[in-house]
Amino acid sequence: MNPKTKELLARFQSVAALLLMVVGLSLHPGVSDTFLSQENALNVLRQISVNLCLSIGLTLVILSGGIDLSVGSVLAFSGAVAAGFLKHGLALPVFGVVLQFTAFGAFVAGLVVGAALGWFNGWVITRFRLPPFVATLGMLSIARGLTQLWTKGFPITGLGADFGYIGTGHWLGLPMPVWISGVLVAGFVVVTRKTRLGRYLYAIGGNERAAELSGLNLRAIKLAVYTLGGALAGVAGLLLTARLDSATPNAGIGYELDSIAAVVIGGTSLNGGRGSVLGTVLGCLIIGVLNNGLVLLEVSPFWQQVIKGLVILAAVAMDKMSAREH
Amino acid sequence: MAVSTDATEPGVVLEASGISKSFPGVKALDDVSLTVRRGRLHALLGENGAGKSTLMNVLAGVFPPDRGEVMLEGKPVSFRNPREAREAGIAIIFQELNLIPHLTVAQNIFLGREPLTRAGLIDDARMNREAVEWLRRLKLEVAPETPVAGLRVGQQQVVEIAKALSMRARVIIMDEPTSAITGQEVAVLHDLIRQLKREGVAIIYITHKLDELPLIADEFTVMRDGRCVGSKAAGAASHDEIVRMMVGRDLSDMFSRKPAEPGEEVLRVEGLDLAHPGRAGDFAVRDVSLTLRRGEVLGVFGLMGAGRTELLETLFGLHPKRARGKVVVEGREVWFQSPRHAIDAGVVLAPEDRKREGLVLSLSVAANTSLACIEKTERLGLLDSARESELADGYVRRLRTKTPSVHQLARNLSGGNQQKVVLAKWLATQPKVLLLDEPTRGIDINAKKEIYALMDELVASGLGVVLVSSELPEILAVADRIVVMSEGRKTAEFTRAEANEENIMKAALPRN
Repeated sequence: MNPKTKELLARFQSVAALLLMVVGLSLHPGVSDTFLSQENALNVLRQISVNLCLSIGLTLVILSGGIDLSVGSVLAFSGAVAAGFLKHGLALPVFGVVLQFTAFGAFVAGLVVGAALGWFNGWVITRFRLPPFVATLGMLSIARGLTQLWTKGFPITGLGADFGYIGTGHWLGLPMPVWISGVLVAGFVVVTRKTRLGRYLYAIGGNERAAELSGLNLRAIKLAVYTLGGALAGVAGLLLTARLDSATPNAGIGYELDSIAAVVIGGTSLNGGRGSVLGTVLGCLIIGVLNNGLVLLEVSPFWQQVIKGLVILAAVAMDKMSAREH
Repeated sequence: MAVSTDATEPGVVLEASGISKSFPGVKALDDVSLTVRRGRLHALLGENGAGKSTLMNVLAGVFPPDRGEVMLEGKPVSFRNPREAREAGIAIIFQELNLIPHLTVAQNIFLGREPLTRAGLIDDARMNREAVEWLRRLKLEVAPETPVAGLRVGQQQVVEIAKALSMRARVIIMDEPTSAITGQEVAVLHDLIRQLKREGVAIIYITHKLDELPLIADEFTVMRDGRCVGSKAAGAASHDEIVRMMVGRDLSDMFSRKPAEPGEEVLRVEGLDLAHPGRAGDFAVRDVSLTLRRGEVLGVFGLMGAGRTELLETLFGLHPKRARGKVVVEGREVWFQSPRHAIDAGVVLAPEDRKREGLVLSLSVAANTSLACIEKTERLGLLDSARESELADGYVRRLRTKTPSVHQLARNLSGGNQQKVVLAKWLATQPKVLLLDEPTRGIDINAKKEIYALMDELVASGLGVVLVSSELPEILAVADRIVVMSEGRKTAEFTRAEANEENIMKAALPRN
């Protein structure tokens, strides 16, 4: 079997799994009506949009042969900084002024914070040659601590309609988070398939040494990819904060696991060099529909976790089996 | 000329006969036989790529032969893995030692078969006690609790030997044990080998250092192109005779360059030094000077560890901090800080290990081809796959690469065609100097001929090529001038007319 066919087949496995779930839930007499309602469909899409933003960034990182465990914490800190700036402004005692932020200004601040934390990950990894697992594990704790410090342990709420729009607003009948994550998906499909950076991610994830000997600047590429991963976690933080109208110190705890799960279920190899953003979209959809279905079927939350874990194992096992045949 | 291989003859411990082994695209062993006797050292000689390591791997159970039979003390054996070979009494000591650095000497010796107390825990006291006995027997004065990482390479070899003996090895295979140790350690190892022989251990010994033979060897076998050229008693052949057996047939019979008129100088290197990464004060490359002109193939010959690869890597900007010297490209002095700088200046390197260093196997032929000059395939800031395919397709046709399409993954190509993809990647950057490190290693004779023809074409179009090779016939057939390296230094330079197998090999053999 040639590799193209094999890749299609692997993709087909995920699509088939998704379709199977959708068909099953549609035919189930108890939940069919609710499941098929437009409201539920939009709900699923809105729910996965936060994970989707995180997972796009993580896909880039994993394609390059790395990992980012800090996305959940970075999400929390970005959202908290944006909410704090909006609510209280930025005091500059040296000049005796307090800068006030519009909602747009707060978004930019949140993005910059996410990107900065991501850049720091990349800097530590390239400068000190730390394994990405360790470097981002450190950041997982750092950013969580910063969030607690920044919020003093209490949620920042009452952020106003302008800020809330990106989380709760609609445009042309679709929720804003769906638009935003959709645009990001489209953008990063192009980045991974049609730009130098995208190609370089596959190259260094596939064979770092060969990429280096082909004149690629590993340092710059890794800095870029971790910075992007941080910025996308920032977007996710803004979406979550806006939707809840609240930046909480514990936002995003454990999100890195759902995110890794989505990337892996989507067929991206944890060894790097193989995978795609569209696969990750599929992975997010599978997790989203699975969560939704289990809730509708009134499966206990404890069992939900067990089932989700089994799905991840099955996905990776299938991936391994197809990889071994190469 | 083979020594009698009668299995009933007393003293024969290990006998391999008719061993053949193929890898995709290359026949590594072709009907090879080897007889090893109790208490004797059988040296295995040959150029790099002659098949010595493959044969050792077959004997040690790393992979099975396609054909042929291995008899151990008169009984046929077939090992599924190195562990089974070890248990049967055949131990192999690889050039890169197989010890675990952070474990102690004793833990390494008894790895996987630690003595246990009655409670089922590891009996450290007994383990250390037994280790001490082995170490004493081998005259290695280190405590059994010393981590292996703290030992010198020579001492680590002794630990490997202790490990082998403690498993009752009757045959020990040593792969170039003296290539990485100092003169004094060599003497210690030789003493130890003589002691092992007295104790009845049979030793198969791979070496490039012919001077060692009179000191330790009882008999030797020369291999070439995956075949046995001959086996003799150690005293029965002179140094020159052995060299002649090693180099053998002449590739220039089947390939000869069109003589070309070299152009102006494109690369000059003066007094290049590269500090050794591990041994302070020592050099991997020492005081090497050379020049290369347009339209010329400069051959660099050397045996394993001669510093050839390091020389090329230094020129390619891979060791900017450890190296010193002067490099001039097209009249301009340069000092490359990274491969990118070298590539931009027109100096490119096709590395020795194409799977690990040359290609991204998980990418397509097209993506590999454009990797080093991806900007050429961009339109309006985005990759244009039509343009990329066109670029790759041009080189597939020009280099006659066999691939169903440029979208095929590099992983699925044969060795020779993978090498062509590496070349395509570099030609796409329009280089001035092409550094080739063992470009034909592991590829079959026809693919080799194609690569040579290609090199001919490239130099005819004005490229300068530095060809590093450990295959003498290749160097002799392809190079216009030949530089010989040994132990990091340039030991000789010949024109095409002056060079012959003997004078090159003499300059290449280490003297210590």
